[in-house]
Amino acid sequence: MAKKIIPALDFKGDWNYSPAPEDTKHINLQKQYELFIDGKFVKPAKGKYFDTINPATEQVIAKVAEADDSDVNKAVKAAKTAYDKVWSKMPAKEKGKYIYRIARMIQERAREFSVIETLDGGKPIRESRDVDVPLAANHFFYYAGWADKLEYATPNRVSKPYGVAAQIIPWNFPLLMAAWKIAPALATGNTVVLKPAETTPLTALKLAEIIQESGLPPGVVNIITGAGKTGAALVNHPDVSKIAFTGSTDVGKLIQKSIAGTGKKATLELGGKAANIIFEDAPINQAVEGIVNGIFFNQGHVCCAGSRLFVQESVADIVIKKLKDRLETLIVGDPLDKNTDIGAINSKEQLNTINKYIKIGKDEGAEFYQSSCNIPSKGYFCRPTLFINASQSHRIVQEEIFGPVLTIQTFRTVEEVIEKANNIPYGLSAGVWTDKGSKIFNLTTKLRAGVVWANTYNKFDPTSPFGGYKESGFGREGGMHGLMGYLKF
Amino acid sequence: MAVLRIPDFSKSNTIDQVGIEERCSRFQTRSIKKETKVQGLKMVLNMIDLTTLEGKDTEGKVKQMCFKAAHLHDIYPGLPTVAAVCVYPTMVKTAKDALGAAKIKVASVSTAFPSGQAPLQVKINDTKFAVDNGADEIDMVISRGEFLKGNYNFVFDEIATIKEVCGKARLKVIFETGELSTLDNVRRASEIAMYAGADFIKTSTGKISPAATMPVTLVMLEAIRDYYYHTGIMIGMKPAGGISNSKLALHYLVMVKETLGNAWLNNQWFRFGASSLANDVLMQLMKEKTGVYQSSDYFSKD
Repeated sequence: MAKKIIPALDFKGDWNYSPAPEDTKHINLQKQYELFIDGKFVKPAKGKYFDTINPATEQVIAKVAEADDSDVNKAVKAAKTAYDKVWSKMPAKEKGKYIYRIARMIQERAREFSVIETLDGGKPIRESRDVDVPLAANHFFYYAGWADKLEYATPNRVSKPYGVAAQIIPWNFPLLMAAWKIAPALATGNTVVLKPAETTPLTALKLAEIIQESGLPPGVVNIITGAGKTGAALVNHPDVSKIAFTGSTDVGKLIQKSIAGTGKKATLELGGKAANIIFEDAPINQAVEGIVNGIFFNQGHVCCAGSRLFVQESVADIVIKKLKDRLETLIVGDPLDKNTDIGAINSKEQLNTINKYIKIGKDEGAEFYQSSCNIPSKGYFCRPTLFINASQSHRIVQEEIFGPVLTIQTFRTVEEVIEKANNIPYGLSAGVWTDKGSKIFNLTTKLRAGVVWANTYNKFDPTSPFGGYKESGFGREGGMHGLMGYLKF
Repeated sequence: MAVLRIPDFSKSNTIDQVGIEERCSRFQTRSIKKETKVQGLKMVLNMIDLTTLEGKDTEGKVKQMCFKAAHLHDIYPGLPTVAAVCVYPTMVKTAKDALGAAKIKVASVSTAFPSGQAPLQVKINDTKFAVDNGADEIDMVISRGEFLKGNYNFVFDEIATIKEVCGKARLKVIFETGELSTLDNVRRASEIAMYAGADFIKTSTGKISPAATMPVTLVMLEAIRDYYYHTGIMIGMKPAGGISNSKLALHYLVMVKETLGNAWLNNQWFRFGASSLANDVLMQLMKEKTGVYQSSDYFSKD
C-alpha cells in the first residue's frame, strides 16, 4: 500500500509578529571612548583610535582608544600601586561593599546595558536582557558575598591574592565575561587590568563608568582597549602575576608559551566542540528544544555550544524532522527586536569563518540544511544551519565553528557515543538527554567534559564552576572553585 | 484505507516538566503589538466557546448568553462572533433555538460532567440526549479514576463508544488535567483520546483548580503534532478554565502558531473555553481603537 503523504506543518501564515524594536533613546553613548586607568578616563599615548561597529547595520557606533605598550604599562603600574597601597590593606568587609555596589548599579542600569550589548555585539535583545546582564549582576553579588568569608572557602589554609591580574575577555559575552573575571579577582583581593575584545568594548567601558561612580579606589580596576598587540603587552608585563584569559585555543597556547618560566599563574578558558547526546528514551520534544538552545543561543558564539549532535538511531528520523520544523519558527534578524531569536554574527571576519566551514561541510558531503527564513540584506547574518549525516572524520565535526551550525551524527550504543563524544581535542561541555537517571550518572562520569548538562543545556549560574579539559583550557570560573584561581597559599 | 496501529499507551512519550516550562516562558516573551495584536484579539474572540455550566443555569440565562455570543459588542463594527456556546445537555435545545440562524455552534458537556462518575449506559444516554437535541459538539469527560488505576483500555473504549454515539457531532475529550497530576499522564491521556477517535482534546472542566495552564496545553499541542506526524490527521485543542485575560490568550495563540503552525489558528482547530475572556478582549480591542481603556461597565455581562 502506498504510504500516505502528510503535508508539512506550515509556520508562515497570515498572523505574523509586527516589529517590536527595543527603544534606544534612553542609552547614553559617547562618540569616543578613552582608556580607564587609575580611576580616570585618559587618552591613549599615541592618540590612536579604532571603530567599533554595529554588526547588524555595519554602522560605526563609537571610536575607541587603542592602548599601546606605554598605556599598558601605565595601567599595570596603577593596578600595582592600588594593590600595594590600598586594596591589600582594606578590610575584606569593605572590599565586599564596593562589589555589592557595582552589582546594584548594573541592575539599576540593566536596560541601558542590554541595549548597548546588543548594539555592539549583535546578540538578540531577549538574550542580553534576560541572560547576559542579569547574570553579570549576579556574579558581582555572588562574589561580593565571598569577600569577607575566604577563610571558609579554604579552611585551615591561609590564602593570599596574587596582586595584579591581567584579564583578557572575548566578544561573545562582553559584559558577562567582564563580570566573571573582575568579580572573583576583587573579592579575593587582587587588582585588575581588563582588556575587552576589540569588536565589543562598549559595555566594559560602560562598566568602567559604573566603577568610577561606585567610588572604588582608583587603580583597583583598569580597563584598556585594543587588539591582540595590546593583549600581548599586558600578558608580558613583568608586574602582572596572574593571567585570566577566555578566548580561542590558538591564543591560549600563545599565552602559555609567553609566560612559560615567568612564574605567572594562568587560567585559560578556551574553545569547545560539545557533544549533545539524545537517547531514544529522552523526552524528545524537550530535547529538540535543548538542541536549539544548545547551538543557536547567541548565534552559536558560545564556547560550550552543543555543536555536535548525537542522536540514537532509533529516534534519529523523528528528531531531525522535529528539529527542521522548529528551525522554521526561529526568527533571524534585527537584534534589537524583542521577537528576534537569532541576531547578527559578531563581525565580518567571523561570518567569513562560518561561511568557510559551511563550504567545507558541503564539500565533505554531509547533508546541508538551512531554515527558509529571510535574513536582512545589510549586516552580518547566517541562517540556522544543519549538517545531517556528518561523520567523526569531517572537519566540521572536529573543529570549532563558533556559529549557528550544527552537525548531526547517529549512534547505536552507549559505548559508541561515549567514545565519539570524547574523541575530540576539546572537553568543555556536553549534554545528555534521557529519562533514565542511572544513564545520566554513567555518562557524566565517562564524558571528558568540564560541564555536563542533563536534560537541559546552556544553563549558567554564578554558584556553579565552569571550565574545561584538554584543549578547552584549565582552571575553573564561577562558584567557590572560581576563587581558587585568584588565591595562592 | 490504512489500518491505524494503536500504540502501547503504557509506553507513551515522556515529558520533561522543566523543559516544558522553559518553552512556555519563551512564548511569553514574544511581543505582540499593533496590527498583530488587533488581528490576534479578533482571532481569540472567534475561538471562544462562551460557557455557562452552573447548577443554577436557566433558559433565561442561556438565552441571554446566546445573544451575547452573536453580538459581542455591536458598537465595534466588523467583530466576529464567538465559535460556540457551551451548555449542559438540558439547555441544548434552548441554545439552539436562541441562536437561530447565527453561525454559532452549540456544544454540550456530557458523560456525567464534570465528575464522569456514572455507568456507561448513563453516559451514552446523556450524550444521545444532547445530540438528539441538536448539539453540534460534545464535550465528554474521561474516567479519571480508571485512568489513574492504569485501566487505559477502559478509558479508550469509553471514548470510542461515545464517539459512536456522537454521530456527526464533533467530540471533545476533557481530561481534567488538574486531576491527572503529571505531564506524563497528560501526554498519555492525549494519545489515548486521539487514537480512540477524539476530534478535539480539552484540558479541563473548569470545576477543578488548576484548570488550563500553558505547560499542560503545550504538552497536548505537542501530542497533537506527533499524532499528525504519524497519521496526517488533525486534532483540535481546547484549553478551558483559567484563561481570563487577553495577554494570556495571545500567548496561547503564539504557542499554537509555533507548535502546530498556521493551519490550527482558527476555530475549527483551536478553542478557548472561557466565560469572562470575551469582555477582556473587547476592552483591549476598544483600547486599541480609541486609545483609552473603558471601564467594565461599558461591556455587557451576559
